[in-house]
Amino acid sequence: MRSTMASMAALPRPATLLASLGLSPGLRRSLARFGWAALSVGLFAGIWELLWAIGWADPKLLPPPHIFLGNIPDQARYFNTATRWQIGVNPADGPSPYEAVAMTIGATGLRVMVGLLIAATLSIAIGVLIRYFGLFEKLVLPTITLLSPVSPIAWLPVAIFIFGIGNAPAIFMVVIALFFHMVLSTISQIDNVSRAFINVARTMGASKRQIYARVIVPAILPQLLIVLRLNLFGAWMVVLVAESTGVGFGLGQVIMMARNTFNPSLVFFTIALIGLLGFLSDWLLRLVQKRVLYWVPETAGVLRGL
Amino acid sequence: MASDSYADWSSQDAVVCRGVGKTWAEGTARAHEALRGIDLDVAPGEFVVLLGPSGCGKSTLLYLIAGLERQTSGRIWAFRDPVEGPSPDRSLIFQETSLFPWLTVWQNVSFGLSIKGAPEAERRAVAREALARVGLSEAMDKRPDELSGGMRQRVAVARALAMRPKVLLMDEPFAALDVQTRAKMQDFLLDVWRDSGASVLFVTHHIDEAVALADRVVIFTARPGRIKSIIPVTLPRPRDPFAPESEALRRLLTEELRSEVDRAFAEQEALAAG
Repeated sequence: MRSTMASMAALPRPATLLASLGLSPGLRRSLARFGWAALSVGLFAGIWELLWAIGWADPKLLPPPHIFLGNIPDQARYFNTATRWQIGVNPADGPSPYEAVAMTIGATGLRVMVGLLIAATLSIAIGVLIRYFGLFEKLVLPTITLLSPVSPIAWLPVAIFIFGIGNAPAIFMVVIALFFHMVLSTISQIDNVSRAFINVARTMGASKRQIYARVIVPAILPQLLIVLRLNLFGAWMVVLVAESTGVGFGLGQVIMMARNTFNPSLVFFTIALIGLLGFLSDWLLRLVQKRVLYWVPETAGVLRGL
Repeated sequence: MASDSYADWSSQDAVVCRGVGKTWAEGTARAHEALRGIDLDVAPGEFVVLLGPSGCGKSTLLYLIAGLERQTSGRIWAFRDPVEGPSPDRSLIFQETSLFPWLTVWQNVSFGLSIKGAPEAERRAVAREALARVGLSEAMDKRPDELSGGMRQRVAVARALAMRPKVLLMDEPFAALDVQTRAKMQDFLLDVWRDSGASVLFVTHHIDEAVALADRVVIFTARPGRIKSIIPVTLPRPRDPFAPESEALRRLLTEELRSEVDRAFAEQEALAAG
């Protein structure tokens, strides 16, 4: 009781202000959370600006936020990487700068999402098959274990050998970055399914197939979705690496071009964009998790009372 | 093999065990004998409590009778048929809550029927009836995490009853409940048992639970588990836990158990020391 009182007292003034406005508790909570996020980012940006103001951060190398966010249209025109390299196309003919930004974000985001979906489906299926069929396990598991510590970077040439350029190698990179340890994670989740659950199904006459389909798979889904969320950021990292070489456009291309043309402002602008996108996609996946795994209690707040 | 002489067993008893033994991890360095030479007959409709110190193998016996594990020696029959695997006739209720959290209460209760591919209308009807018998009709559409521990165990009992088992195997089902809830659950279990006509094998290490429930109390020795004595209980139901007869029975059971608990204790300490 006392700890709740203490945390109430620690709430920021805006929250009490919002309370007095008569907003619903849920809305108030999300507004407060948004406020804290803004404060956290603002603090980071503020320190950076301060370093610039006292002359420690060289604006040509580490331009502070007000510089790289100050002229968004100017930054946005660099995003038109798709038509930039095409011979005979006037850069002015391409999509407008903002359309180009949207296209770039859409392309990269789609690669991440498609890769994530393929990786999740494939690795859960393979993981279940490995535990289901003893022979399959003996044939496949050693290879998967052997390949799982290989860095995704090492797969980049392979991706280009197999898929050339375009969407395919980037998606392949996302899949390969997640696949191996999601298979291993699936297997360990299967091994951790409560014996009681399985025994209940057995005493009721369930076949092996039924036990897998109706007990084991639903029992492992919650943990797997958490693993997927943790890997989401990994997917965002890998997709940039893939895009920096294999494809015509995408955020990775923008970063690469910014590096080649020595444009720190563009680098930081793109980084800010990627951060925002990663944050949004995590939030999206969390919504999915709440919807699909309705039976899993929310435990995030458990440690907060300490 | 001695057990072969029982191959043509023809007893009508609900459960018959002859010379049943179980050694875990047999043939390895970690092998340890959990049960040895168990002879036990359980009549149809009888309430038998298996009482013994923790880790004496009484739960193991339950798993063997359920068909979830194979004995390493001896034979087990249920209504004349040798036990060779799990069967809906013999429902096991576990110590920890084993309701599937992703299913609603009624879906949990009718899980066994859905395994058989029964249509939803039938499953709902059976679930409704089974839940009514445990007094939880209003919980049909709730999810397990919305229920208290006692309610969850009642749903687990309803799930077992929905299969219309002839034998109910209960592995310390009320161990995780507080004392008041446990007393209520014991009364409730006796009602359910009377209505269903099933035999009950109930594992516990609580003497009070044995006094409250049993037609017969089977006392186990410490590891390896053997039957030390079988004590018939003739006290009329409902039982008064403070009646002099109950008190005398409690004293008798305590005496019977004491040496075994001491032995189990000494063994565990020796294990910890070595």
